[in-house]
Amino acid sequence: PALGLFLFTIARDPLRIIILIAGAFFWLVSLLLSSLIWFIAVKASDPRDEPLQKGLLIFGVMFSVLLQEAFRFLYYKLLRKAIEGLVALSEDGCSPISIQQMAYVAGVGFGLMSGAFSMINLLADALGPGTVGIHGDSQLYFLTSAFMTMVLIFLHTFWGILFFHGCEHRRWWEIVAVVVMHLAVSGSTFCNPLYVGSLVPSYLLMAAAAVWAYLLSGGSAQNLRRFLLCKS
Amino acid sequence: MITFMNNSDSEEEPCNERTSLMSAESPPVPSYQDGLQASEAGEPQAHRKRRTGSSRSPNNIADGDMSDSRVPVRESALENEEEELTLKYGAKHVIMLFVPVTLCMIVVVATIKSVRFYTEKNGQLIYTPFSEDTPSVGQRLLNSVLNTIIMISVIVVMTVFLVLLYKYRCYKFIHGWLILSSLMLLFLFTYIYLGEVLKTYNVAMDYPTLFLIIWNFGAVGMICIHWKGPLQLQQAYLIMISALMALVFIKYLPEWSAWVILGAISIYDLMAVLCPKGPLRMLVETAQERNEPIFPALIYSSAMIWTVGMAKPDTAARGPSQQMRDAAEDGRENHGSPSHAESQMSETRSPIPTRPITSFEELEEEERGVKLGLGDFIFYSVLVGKAAATASGDWNTTLACFVAILIGLCLTLLLLAVFKKALPALPISITFGLIFYFSTDNIVRPFMDTLASHQLYI
Repeated sequence: PALGLFLFTIARDPLRIIILIAGAFFWLVSLLLSSLIWFIAVKASDPRDEPLQKGLLIFGVMFSVLLQEAFRFLYYKLLRKAIEGLVALSEDGCSPISIQQMAYVAGVGFGLMSGAFSMINLLADALGPGTVGIHGDSQLYFLTSAFMTMVLIFLHTFWGILFFHGCEHRRWWEIVAVVVMHLAVSGSTFCNPLYVGSLVPSYLLMAAAAVWAYLLSGGSAQNLRRFLLCKS
Repeated sequence: MITFMNNSDSEEEPCNERTSLMSAESPPVPSYQDGLQASEAGEPQAHRKRRTGSSRSPNNIADGDMSDSRVPVRESALENEEEELTLKYGAKHVIMLFVPVTLCMIVVVATIKSVRFYTEKNGQLIYTPFSEDTPSVGQRLLNSVLNTIIMISVIVVMTVFLVLLYKYRCYKFIHGWLILSSLMLLFLFTYIYLGEVLKTYNVAMDYPTLFLIIWNFGAVGMICIHWKGPLQLQQAYLIMISALMALVFIKYLPEWSAWVILGAISIYDLMAVLCPKGPLRMLVETAQERNEPIFPALIYSSAMIWTVGMAKPDTAARGPSQQMRDAAEDGRENHGSPSHAESQMSETRSPIPTRPITSFEELEEEERGVKLGLGDFIFYSVLVGKAAATASGDWNTTLACFVAILIGLCLTLLLLAVFKKALPALPISITFGLIFYFSTDNIVRPFMDTLASHQLYI
């Protein structure tokens, strides 16, 4: 689905591709920094202490979430500046791309990168002999991983829209809500392999975020109905 | 050659793009991206169509500051128009460069992952005589540094030699050299490559068929690169050649040497292009003075210049500038020279494309494209290929390096738009790529592995 999103909405316009790649880059940098912190923490601690390791891991995850959101904010700032530049440079005084589109593309960029990092090794291993999860992991490993990744990509997209909208209109509670949602989703994955605990809340949150983002972008139930029924 | 005379009438030719100079190339030939054209010279000729390419700024992102330099230029209508056009098409040009770089990397990574041949160590090039199988770390480091010094000096010598040849107008020699090297590249390497691929997939192929295929491929390639051909085909050939060369490098360069060489090459690139006495800079300036395209065979161009009797734009025509395009060399842009990659093996330098030398023709330039030297392609692919081959984190590292290189390319193009001069394309991208490679491999990988084993998501 993410690839479909990419193909249909982004691949046409080169500017969006650039924003996408830059978004992916920012996510990557945030990942780098957060794993650096985790790495240092792990090295500085005792490798044999199991609960400590688990705790460090949780800490690493939370910290990474916070860093990701921080980088999203930085990216927002950068895009604001870029929009000003674009407006100044364009012919008729309005930017070729709106901030909402940018928000969408940035979200997709983040999402794609995070999804890619989560899935791609799994996929590569899947091509080889069937040894994934042989140590007693759940049978549904692949399936749940796939769904989780998909939901995460979508969530990133929606969070991008919400986040940028919150920054634009200075509604801090929106931003806080995004951060909290992100933390919640990551936290819910701690329940794995009890998949019910992680997938279901994530999907619910995603549905909520989707509706919210849709409303923010100017849609409404009427628009939706008209679109679905193909009225003009 | 007569054509030269004719060519001098049109100044524009190089126009359009702002190519950044990339020296990277494989040792023998410096590839660079030139932005020559007129933009720097700032010639406001009547028929300058627009090119001035100077503003090819691909990136509008983070353009805030850049806009100031652009905005105040409202003086001449021509410039105005140019700028807007440049900016408007700016993003498009970035994409035009993204796509081939991406394709090249994909080809290299796919080959590395599937064909075993390119990851086996079967010896080294004579350019890197010091082996890395030494027991101690210090010794290995020393060896790789020595290897790098040798390689870089080979590159420097070749570059200077090429510049001297160009300066003293020994075009025939350069020409012959380039032809020879691209010949070898097209035939020999393709043969080896095909052989290995067929071996991997256990496909039987008889010699006559193989001969036919390779002959066709090589002949069409020679024609396309050194003479006229459809733009897409030419670009495809250039990409394939860069990929082949990169694969050769990946195979034959020892581990640490490869990384040190990458780093050293980007430093060299920076110096060769920006220092006043740098060979590449002299090359660019000489070519500009003479109004010739620079080594078409060494450069990948994203836009095409068709030689057409009537001025007709090849692709989306730009309104105003159409008519005026003088013939520049069409070949020029399109050439990328694989040869320089070749030089490594065959010591041949990419020949100057004969293209511009042909008769005076009307060129229609459809869009000012950006030019990128082939060496840059090659080294980008070497970096990503090495990441794919040797990183234990596999795809994550490869992906990270890929994104890093693309972002570096974006930034370089942005700088190109700001500075309007030929710029080295290697340093920024390679620096990012190296940083990301090492950090992802050592730091991110354990993190992601632990996350994945617990199925946690961040």
